Amino acid sequence: MSWLQKLLPPKIKRSETAARNKSIPEGLWSKCPSCEAVLYRSDLESNQSVCPKCGHHQRLRARTRLDLLLDAEGRFEIGAEVMPVDPLKFKDSRRYTERLSSAVADTGEADAMVVMQGAIQTVPVVVACFEFEFLGGSMGSVVGERFVRGARAALEQRLPFICITATGGARMQEGLFSLMQMAKTTAVITQLAQRKLPFITLLTDPTMGGVSASFAFMGDVVIAEPGALIGFAGPRVIEQTVREKLPEGFQRSEFLLEKGAIDMIVDRRELRERLADLLTLMCRQPSVKA
Amino acid sequence: MKTTFLDFEQPIAELEGKIEQLRFVQDDSAVDISEEIARLEAKSQALTKELYAKLTPWQIAQVARHPQRPYTLDYVQHIFTGFEELHGDRAFADDKAIVGGLARFNGQSCVVIGHQKGRDTKEKIARNFGMPRPEGYRKAMRLMKLAEKFGLPVFTFVDTPGAYPGIGAEERGQSEAIGHNLYVMAELKVPLICTVIGEGGSGGALAIAVGDQTMMLQYSTYSVISPEGCASILWKSAEKASEAAETMGITAARLKSLGLIDKIINEPVGGAHRDHRAMAQSLKRALGEALRQVDSLSPAELIEQRLERLMGYGRFKEQQAA
Repeated sequence: MSWLQKLLPPKIKRSETAARNKSIPEGLWSKCPSCEAVLYRSDLESNQSVCPKCGHHQRLRARTRLDLLLDAEGRFEIGAEVMPVDPLKFKDSRRYTERLSSAVADTGEADAMVVMQGAIQTVPVVVACFEFEFLGGSMGSVVGERFVRGARAALEQRLPFICITATGGARMQEGLFSLMQMAKTTAVITQLAQRKLPFITLLTDPTMGGVSASFAFMGDVVIAEPGALIGFAGPRVIEQTVREKLPEGFQRSEFLLEKGAIDMIVDRRELRERLADLLTLMCRQPSVKA
Repeated sequence: MKTTFLDFEQPIAELEGKIEQLRFVQDDSAVDISEEIARLEAKSQALTKELYAKLTPWQIAQVARHPQRPYTLDYVQHIFTGFEELHGDRAFADDKAIVGGLARFNGQSCVVIGHQKGRDTKEKIARNFGMPRPEGYRKAMRLMKLAEKFGLPVFTFVDTPGAYPGIGAEERGQSEAIGHNLYVMAELKVPLICTVIGEGGSGGALAIAVGDQTMMLQYSTYSVISPEGCASILWKSAEKASEAAETMGITAARLKSLGLIDKIINEPVGGAHRDHRAMAQSLKRALGEALRQVDSLSPAELIEQRLERLMGYGRFKEQQAA
């Protein structure tokens, strides 16, 4: 809290904070979680939430990411009409329906995926993007269905399909319905392949479990953001199973590149250009570079 | 072989113990107690039936993991002939947690693939408790491709706690191995008949379970995460596993009513482990029926129908966003 905020009478303070979304951090300043440099929030934002000091890529909200990635003109959302239900009447310490409504209140999203059609440097695409802030970006029926609707839009219009992942895995509260989303999403990718339409995945921090173990590595090109945690089982589960210390940098993007699991690591600030380049190369189109 | 009794089976265990004692006494007794033994046996049978008629999901999970439950190779022995086991992923190793090969089903050539657990400690370790590493899934994929090449139907048997969470498994691409199998199974040009015979543990199970017919044995389970895993994440305590099992819907009956599986195959009274042969016979019948339903389809029809099934998974509502 800044000294100015401390001086403000409580009434003003409340009205100011209430207006803000809960999950958006407050204040003018922000500390980089990696190098601990204290940064101007506006500097960080103008740098696509990449720390200007150490290059650490902070997590992004789905819509922010799509904003940064897609050209400003001619984009529209696909599959927003698909909304979650509670097929198992699931209840742990809280009801699934309660968890859903508080996630909606916190994020302003209806579920953990936003799909948009648009263009990247004038190359038309459909992009499906996970919203990690919504129940850990977990994949349930809605995520699966929106993904499929996005892929089908790409099929119908003969466009490349891109998926940006940020997820803890399958959504436990939908039980086996969630597991089946792995089969469903991966199956639709076979159709893109049959029509020779490119499918690119961008794995961001984190990409784990059921999403990692379905379509994430089925991209024609698999890209990761620097330093992202990517894997099947979580590091804690592995550590408990094998009872030894995990190697340095285990399950990070750089580790995966070294092991041959991904094609490349791309800095967020170069992403538009690199994606446009890859897509035009795969579609045998002239380069869009000036 | 002596039956191992689960916790909730203690009343049966006590009765069986009594019967055993009487049999022992009978050998050197002048009094004929065979009538008494028969009476107790009938009682034990009735008690087993009664107990198994109202198992909770968590108890069913215990039965699905029973140490004497028939595993893939037991069914291979009872159901198939001429099994030729094929080994290895041609890249790294032969994963013994997944077995597979060519065989005959009612005389017809086919490919069999299944998770395999071990019976004794040594075999359990060799088979890694039925938890495959990437090379296991890649072996399975190789066998599926082989089946496709020669136009053979594929039978898969699912019985795993899950894919192995290990350092080497991650380094060699556990995620990619599973995902790639899902991809290959979605467009495989031959019939895929999948049966959960024990534990259907998450992605590690699904990696050989995408097909044209999904069946489950009566006391098998199929879930997105183990009840213990779910409980420790959502309830912050693995002790709540029975509640998690209840609410997640992991049993054949629940999953059938949710439309997630096609058929339940009944088990002998007291579970498959009490009578391997009888279990194998009903499984064989079910496999035959399942195959008949898809065997006449052309490859194109088969894939189209499979895709339609896969696209139908999921529950949601449609409305215009506010």
